Amino acid sequence: MSLDYDSKISKAVQQVPPSAIRKFFDLANEMKGHVISLSIGEPDFVTPWTIREAAINSIIDGYTHYSPNSGYIDSRIAIVDYLKRRYGVSYDAKSEILVTVGGSEGLDLAARALINPGDEVIIVEPCFVAYKATVEFAHGVPVIVSTKPENDYKLMPEELEAAITDKTKYVIVGYPNNPTGAVMTLEDWAKIKDVLMRHPEVIVLSDELYCELNYLDGKPASLTQFAELRDRVIMVNGFSKSYAMTGFRVGYIAGPHELVAPMIKIHQYCIMCAPSTSQLAVVEAAMNADNEIKKMRDEYNHRRRVIVQGLKDAGLDCFTPYGAFYAFPSIKNTGLTSEEFCERFLLEKHVAIVPGNAFGACGEGFVRISYAASLEDIKEAMKLLKEFVEELKKG
Amino acid sequence: MIDDIELLRLIENNARLSYEEIAVMLGTNAGDVEAEIKRLKDENIILGYNTIINWEKQAPDNCIGMIEVRIAPIKNKGYDHIAQILSKYEKVTACYLVSGGFDLMIIYEDSNLRSIANFVSEKIAPQEGVLSTTTHFILKKYKANGIIYDNPDTDDRQAIIL
Repeated sequence: MSLDYDSKISKAVQQVPPSAIRKFFDLANEMKGHVISLSIGEPDFVTPWTIREAAINSIIDGYTHYSPNSGYIDSRIAIVDYLKRRYGVSYDAKSEILVTVGGSEGLDLAARALINPGDEVIIVEPCFVAYKATVEFAHGVPVIVSTKPENDYKLMPEELEAAITDKTKYVIVGYPNNPTGAVMTLEDWAKIKDVLMRHPEVIVLSDELYCELNYLDGKPASLTQFAELRDRVIMVNGFSKSYAMTGFRVGYIAGPHELVAPMIKIHQYCIMCAPSTSQLAVVEAAMNADNEIKKMRDEYNHRRRVIVQGLKDAGLDCFTPYGAFYAFPSIKNTGLTSEEFCERFLLEKHVAIVPGNAFGACGEGFVRISYAASLEDIKEAMKLLKEFVEELKKG
Repeated sequence: MIDDIELLRLIENNARLSYEEIAVMLGTNAGDVEAEIKRLKDENIILGYNTIINWEKQAPDNCIGMIEVRIAPIKNKGYDHIAQILSKYEKVTACYLVSGGFDLMIIYEDSNLRSIANFVSEKIAPQEGVLSTTTHFILKKYKANGIIYDNPDTDDRQAIIL
């Protein structure tokens, strides 16, 4: 008689379904190495050398032990300095910054620190897949707001306001957005701020991992920049995307002490501290890598324009993305579902892209194309996309 | 309006881009790119287009000498006179006036060591004003023209990352 595992596994964990596109994942993994991959949500650049060197030196110098729970004070000061320089916002390094294991830990900590069972959390889709799962793991109730291509996938103030109830604990926003590439300008955020001012109980969790990859003016724009909201915006940020440091697994939370302290409590019991090597790489990244970031941003921007032109040439509708490293074109005019489109494109043309429904139900009819890939690969993939769409139209 | 620095950086890294491709990447039109490149050529800002070749692989016997030259400047002509004469030799691929313990740094490339030695003894040393030379032979290239040689080009990323 074998154990009834289902009765043993947490209901909250069981109710989160495995990714809807598991089958497609397996197929893409099998074909890896034989395909052009525009399906990867991490930079293709190697981490800038001076950052890698700082990590190496930290080991040479023997920084291989636990750091303080919140992170080395030098790392936190570097982060505070960076936020002042790039965002124009001020935080206290001692009490308002927590160095985390990537941005993902920040999402999880916020859910566990804030949610009581049954609390509602507004999630703006399409979005990064972890938002909904972290809320459900913490026994929260996700309330979905679907952004639309006709609004350039921006969060509309009236849509946010309609989703707020007296059970709303917090709202998660992620801009520049994965998977759409949408950005919110400071003017766009000002309208969201007006809504939030009418709902003073609602907390904001702002995922800003792609903050440096903004091609409108190259500067981060964020709700943290409104002093009126300072007491209830938690910024989740990190170095993975903008600094090509995904494998370092290091990020941070910045916010008012009253909200950061309970997250530090969970972090100190469950994680202890972020990796010391990565924390010392952060000092170099936050203090001395602005030029390297600009170089990468410029190159992404060139590729972005090539992708947008390629989609136009292929006859796919796409709003112009101005952030992250994704485009999110509609494939509705091909008559295929997102998964059918991606599967056939992979099998017939050997190019991997991601079905839009992986990022929420409203992503159906769309696909995510990443331009964290070489220009040669992007050009070849766009040529193949055009061929593929033309063949589909001919039937 | 084209950002000249952005345009130059782009073609510095890839001289084979067409006007149309550059136009897409910079968000402008091909006519403007062509006109701007012509202007940059006319102003001698763009001097030419090279291909970066790993000659160590194609012709492993090739030799490169880095020759330090000390000079007594010639009256009214300074260092320019000798530098300009030496620059005329086709196999001199670079010639710099430098600060420090010597004056000119000459890069000379040829098919064998003997011909570099001959160049030094027959063409440089006898020049009026040349005081001394020191020749270094390049043993291995690790990085040149901003490119790291034998850089492994592997992509270890997962097939799909959301």
